[in-house]
Amino acid sequence: MKKNKFSILLNGLITENPIFVLMLGMCPTLATTTSAINGLGMGLATTFVLICSNLVISLIKNLVPENVRIPSYIVVIATFVTILEMLMQAYLPSLHESLGLFIPLIVVNCIVLGRAESYASKNKVLDSALDGIGIGLGFTFALGLLGMIRELLGAGTLFGLRIFPEHYGMLMFILAPGAFISLAYLIAIVNRIRKVS
Amino acid sequence: MKKLESSFKNMILVLGSITIVAAAALGWVNGLTSEPIRLAAIAKQEKAIRMVSPEFDNQPVQEQYELSDYEGNRLVCFPIKKEGKLLGVAIETFSMKGFNGEVRLMLGLKPDGTINNYEVLKQTETPGLGTQMTSWFKTDKNKQSILNKDPGKDKVWVAKDGGDIDAITAATITSRAFLDAVDRAYRAYMEHGGTVVDVVTTATIEEKEAQNEEE
Amino acid sequence: MIYITIFIAAVFVNNIVLSQFLGVCPFLGVSKKISTALGMSGAVAFVLTLATIITWLIFNYLLEPYELTFLQTISYILVIAALVQLVEIILKKVSQPLYQALGVYLPLITTNCAILGVAILVIQKEFNLLESVVFAFSTAIGFGLALVLFAGIREQLSHTKIPKGMQGTPIALLVAGLLAMAFMGFSGIVKL
Repeated sequence: MKKNKFSILLNGLITENPIFVLMLGMCPTLATTTSAINGLGMGLATTFVLICSNLVISLIKNLVPENVRIPSYIVVIATFVTILEMLMQAYLPSLHESLGLFIPLIVVNCIVLGRAESYASKNKVLDSALDGIGIGLGFTFALGLLGMIRELLGAGTLFGLRIFPEHYGMLMFILAPGAFISLAYLIAIVNRIRKVS
Repeated sequence: MKKLESSFKNMILVLGSITIVAAAALGWVNGLTSEPIRLAAIAKQEKAIRMVSPEFDNQPVQEQYELSDYEGNRLVCFPIKKEGKLLGVAIETFSMKGFNGEVRLMLGLKPDGTINNYEVLKQTETPGLGTQMTSWFKTDKNKQSILNKDPGKDKVWVAKDGGDIDAITAATITSRAFLDAVDRAYRAYMEHGGTVVDVVTTATIEEKEAQNEEE
Repeated sequence: MIYITIFIAAVFVNNIVLSQFLGVCPFLGVSKKISTALGMSGAVAFVLTLATIITWLIFNYLLEPYELTFLQTISYILVIAALVQLVEIILKKVSQPLYQALGVYLPLITTNCAILGVAILVIQKEFNLLESVVFAFSTAIGFGLALVLFAGIREQLSHTKIPKGMQGTPIALLVAGLLAMAFMGFSGIVKL
């Protein structure tokens, strides 16, 4: 039983990693990974929403008639996103500013609604929360990794610490094209590893 | 437990009650966080003022007043004082000439208008190029720094336009916008009397009142 | 003049997909063929413009005066979801050919972050109603342009030999990266 719970967690982190395997939630992945901190911040923000919405949706799953399922879930998700936005504005104003528009846009992140629909609406409360944590951490891991790569290649820093001199930085990796290209190679590498193992 | 039936009545009831609960929850959290959000905004302002000013012991945010610039916009000005003596001002200034629109700065001036320091409050310039303005103009290298320059005497505009300041490499437009914001604040401050302004600030008024009482 | 500025800025300079990263999911999802790309662009243009008008009115006449701005996200997403349903029903009744052209894409649009993104952006930028409409429509054109260009390249790609690991999403992302680089050439033309 204990091993089972652990595998729910691991599932989101590796087997069904939302970015590398399911390819969901691309917009925030590309937009907010200009630095490692931003990427991790966005990942954790999404994790918070995932856990809360999975938990609540699993609780109310039997009260919601089939035909209004999607709108009800969206309302629940939007509520938690707004709560998160207000909390960040109050206690993490600088992170809130750098993520900007992409905080409210967590509502339309396909991962959140996708997990509500495919997991939380069918499973027990505890399992759903664990699934939220797993998927959320998988998302955070992917965003953090991409953020680290782009910050290192683009600015020569890692979490703000200088690794190599500034004029060696390839600015393109922080700009829009670099987001697409870094993610392309990252997914290709993950594909390759998955094929081998 | 069985799933509720998808009858019209059930659907309206469930969706309606979820929305009401959600709105109520949001209203509650909004009430809880509105005060911290206000405080966070003030804290950010105070931090910027502290960054651009010498040590002070007054309450610049409480003593703020407005200046109008040459285009009639209002700039908020924070007087910096120690033991009642005016050490300078911090002015929140802006320029709309940035590469991507608005650039907003907190600029610290000494009473005679010399630039003390600056802090970028808001910018959406190109990452890695224009964004360097956060440190470029305070770095003492070549002719980058604007610190301790007097816009009244020194040519505080980019070298390309005949000035004395090196523009950020590959971001001349951003540099122009930055210096435009500096110029805006300086002109507004000097136009309204520069050093003369401190005569009408609250502390001097209090001083005068104290004198009157003594007499 | 401001309308032309908004148009050029939204289509080229700040292209919604290639520089703002909104609507990337449909951009990658329905770009295998030019015909589906055109259908999706049409559906997005329709819903985006309508949704922006309605949410703008809701914000300025309901949320703002009654100090309910904290309900922005939740009310917008409900409006968009309802609107998509409504458009689907109406199209089905009124114009069968149009429904067949756009219908299949409509359900996908609710979770297209470009719609919610633009609805929030016009409030942040403090546009008036007409500016918002122009902005929304131009953004949709920019989305369509990027999508059709991308689909054209991907159609050609299917005839080339691609290394195994790069097949599928990676090569598509790489192409998008090169397109984004091309669009960076527009930056700085107009300011918004």
